[in-house]
Amino acid sequence: MKMLSKRNGYFFAAILATSFFYFNGADVTTSVYATGTVFALPLALAAMVGIMCERTGIVNIGIEGTMLLSAFVAFFVASLTQNIIIGLIAAIFTGSMMGLVLAVMAVSWRMDQIIAGTIINILATGLTSFLYVQGKTIPSVFQSFEIPLLSKIPFFGPVLFIHGALTFLGIAIILALYVAIYHTTWGLRSRAVGEHPSSADTAGVSVARLRYINVTIAGAVGAIAGAYLALELVGSFERGFIAGKGFTALALMIFGRWNPLGALAAAMFFGLAQAYANQLMIDQIVNIPSQFTAALPYVMTIVVLTISAGKVRPPAAEGQPYEKGQA
Amino acid sequence: MSETSVDKKVVKNQSEESRKKFDVGSWLIPIVAVLVAMSLAAILIKLQGSNPITAYKSLFSTAFGSIEGLGVTLGKSTPLVLSGLAVAVGLRAGLFNIGAQGQLLSGALAAAWAGVTFDGLPGYIHIPIALIIGAFFGSVVAGISGFLKAYRGVHEVITTIMLNSIVMAVADYLASGKLREPDQFLTRTSEVAESAKLPIYGNLPSGFFLAVVLAISIWWILGRTTSGFRIETVGRNRHAAWYAGIPVKRTVISAMLISGAIAGLGGAVETLGITYRYAPAFNLGLGFDGITIALLGRVHPIGIIPGAILIGGMRAGAANMQFDSGVAPELVDLLMALILLLVTAPLITRFFKNSSNKSMTSGWGN
Repeated sequence: MKMLSKRNGYFFAAILATSFFYFNGADVTTSVYATGTVFALPLALAAMVGIMCERTGIVNIGIEGTMLLSAFVAFFVASLTQNIIIGLIAAIFTGSMMGLVLAVMAVSWRMDQIIAGTIINILATGLTSFLYVQGKTIPSVFQSFEIPLLSKIPFFGPVLFIHGALTFLGIAIILALYVAIYHTTWGLRSRAVGEHPSSADTAGVSVARLRYINVTIAGAVGAIAGAYLALELVGSFERGFIAGKGFTALALMIFGRWNPLGALAAAMFFGLAQAYANQLMIDQIVNIPSQFTAALPYVMTIVVLTISAGKVRPPAAEGQPYEKGQA
Repeated sequence: MSETSVDKKVVKNQSEESRKKFDVGSWLIPIVAVLVAMSLAAILIKLQGSNPITAYKSLFSTAFGSIEGLGVTLGKSTPLVLSGLAVAVGLRAGLFNIGAQGQLLSGALAAAWAGVTFDGLPGYIHIPIALIIGAFFGSVVAGISGFLKAYRGVHEVITTIMLNSIVMAVADYLASGKLREPDQFLTRTSEVAESAKLPIYGNLPSGFFLAVVLAISIWWILGRTTSGFRIETVGRNRHAAWYAGIPVKRTVISAMLISGAIAGLGGAVETLGITYRYAPAFNLGLGFDGITIALLGRVHPIGIIPGAILIGGMRAGAANMQFDSGVAPELVDLLMALILLLVTAPLITRFFKNSSNKSMTSGWGN
């Protein structure tokens, strides 16, 4: 009950703050929130990757690498074929394969999962820096379009309903994951495997199979997050393109208590903080060195974890390889 | 975790340790891993349309083919020995310090500052001061992660990675602002004073000997002293260590402080021995190489030295390789990644009947 009232408190504070800003400057606030949503989406999607894996007991710190290699494949396949849809499909395939590799290392080989994830990250960095070529372009990005009627609602219309196709896809994935985790058989089984694999095993759920499936699908979701950055938000690819978003996402996942909506809220908070910092710079109200605004999300990640750690409880079987017959 | 499983784990690790002492197989694994990684990379070079044999020949003859080349290789290896050592000390305490990169950067910048500022001191005072300041700043950065891990339970992997980016931003800010070379537009500091430059004997950089001595000392500390024993015990089993009365929190923090100091020293040696100034692009990736080197050396303080020399040699020869064969120097990054995969994954391990699945790190919760 205490948790519930606390959550309502946060929600209320968020609405209050938003209304305050909105009535002080409707246009600026709307544009800041729209930018905030754009910043938040890749973080939120990446956090979904973490949630899907960790709910079944697999720690995935390879999100960064998954996003990096997927964004790379998305961009260069789109550039080669001059078709962004093919780029997206290639990225999703790449992401799933990387998920599969992580599953092989973590489930079948029972490797240390943190090290398995690090291998994915270093491998993605190595491959993308080696194969990177300068001066490629893609025909276009996924263009923003308005959803009829909904986009006409003041504030919510521009913030939520004028985006590119991948943003809508991303929002749909987040909402679907929330419903799936708490209201489907798959979700119940996933959570059971993450909390107490031997009980799930006894009840007839194949622990290894479910972990394989979830980690692979999670890889595909990570690929969409990477493709979103390369094919919709930025429209290019550079070395070190993801810039720590995959790790920030893990912090958001923890902050959001392994709940998709919680992580989404945490990502929104992050996105908005960045959007406000940008707005302050544009308006020249404050003159923060650009390096410090760039470092803001990282500082916030540490602060957020320092506050939330110890108060939140990760899935019980997280990070431990499962052997049949163990207690 | 139940008590029986705790005991089982301790016993398992102990038997593993005693087996390791005479285990030739476990030392063959890194060698096989390097060879397999090079063959895999050769396929990629071939696919890019270059000749892998020309590329490798150029890479290794530049690095190990001459006395001069060997000197450059040892110079490049020095910060790698230290960053590998930093990661290894962390892993011994069960801490995965991915932040060697940030600690190294802060050490490099701090040493550059000290090297420029304390002009006029004699070398035998100036160099130690600059090295100590570098180590101190590396230690401070790592200490933040250690403190948060011990007292707030925040996983060190995330805090160290975030600190990498924060340190990079702050260093970039300082090197383009307060500490920038006067009358220059480049983001870099002035060159350090002559008295702060590490001497080079013939072709042999003195920093390398410093790194080797430090590696031997760490090996001795971990194996022969009480504090080393505490670090190792906490690394093997935190719960058992706590039960035995070892101050776990303090040990975690001190392990991070030591790890960070070594990484910071690595940055300082890079600045005072090779680059002679701090510029952001100079040190990219050294800290991450440390992870591969630590695991390639089986997390053994002395075992990391050959791995560091191999990778330092590749880094030294990469530019020439591009000139001779057109293969991008980033090949080295790819090779490192493949080596890391092959060393840690039980692909090769199986052939040596030594497939231990020891968990070296900890989850978010503890």
